[in-house]
Amino acid sequence: MSDQAGTARVRVPERAKRGEVIEIRAMIEHPMESGFRLNNVGKPIPRHIVESFTCEYHGREIFRARLHPAVSTNPYFLFYTVATASGELRFTWKDDHGGVTTHVARIEVSER
Amino acid sequence: MPAQPAGWCGVTSRRAVLRALAAGACLLAVRPARAAAEEVAAALRETFGGRPITPGKVVLELPKLAENGAVVPVTVSVDSPMTERDHVKSIHLFAEKNPLPRILEVQLGPNSGKARVASRIRIADSQQITAVAVLSDGTLWSAAVQVEVTVTGCGL
Repeated sequence: MSDQAGTARVRVPERAKRGEVIEIRAMIEHPMESGFRLNNVGKPIPRHIVESFTCEYHGREIFRARLHPAVSTNPYFLFYTVATASGELRFTWKDDHGGVTTHVARIEVSER
Repeated sequence: MPAQPAGWCGVTSRRAVLRALAAGACLLAVRPARAAAEEVAAALRETFGGRPITPGKVVLELPKLAENGAVVPVTVSVDSPMTERDHVKSIHLFAEKNPLPRILEVQLGPNSGKARVASRIRIADSQQITAVAVLSDGTLWSAAVQVEVTVTGCGL
């Protein structure tokens, strides 16, 4: 099965100067069910977590995270990159149920 | 009423608090055994192959007192120029009393510009959290912070 992993929310500056370090925030709505919980009749709730998150800028991977059950519900990351050229930032989340969510943001980079 | 499943979050005395929280479905640890300091040591050995880890260069920001262990903000920054020759390759977070010692790993590179990452994590109980950074020259640096949790990361 290949569903969406969840709804993504991403914050990337619309514009930056070449060489500027920009801040990126990315969050996905996801239960991050750890697999360590029991339901109200004592049965284990199966694990359902986002396992990987990546950000590509101009086709080059600039950030990768591997997540374990200790990452909170609705995983959130703040990180940085150097604005090199106008183009796309592609964010991808993959969960352990085959869910994949991709989000694309555009940035315009001007010469200094 | 049938007997309550043993150990709401493991600890009977917290039952009242948990019941208030839980309204039905919160959570009890399936695995009462927790990652102990030895498990963190084992995870470090497995990840870094016994290479020496030096305290320093890494700043691990966590609240000293976390009200809600299920959502604890964490920031890790590393003293690094983040150039092609000298940058942080990865940052790893470990917990000694969570059900699993690993929390998350991130990979950075010279294009990151700044060696700083923030996220939100679960901390099952009061414990020490450790951050390890791998630099491009192959050296390993770490920082550790003790976090007190008032409401456990119940059902972590």
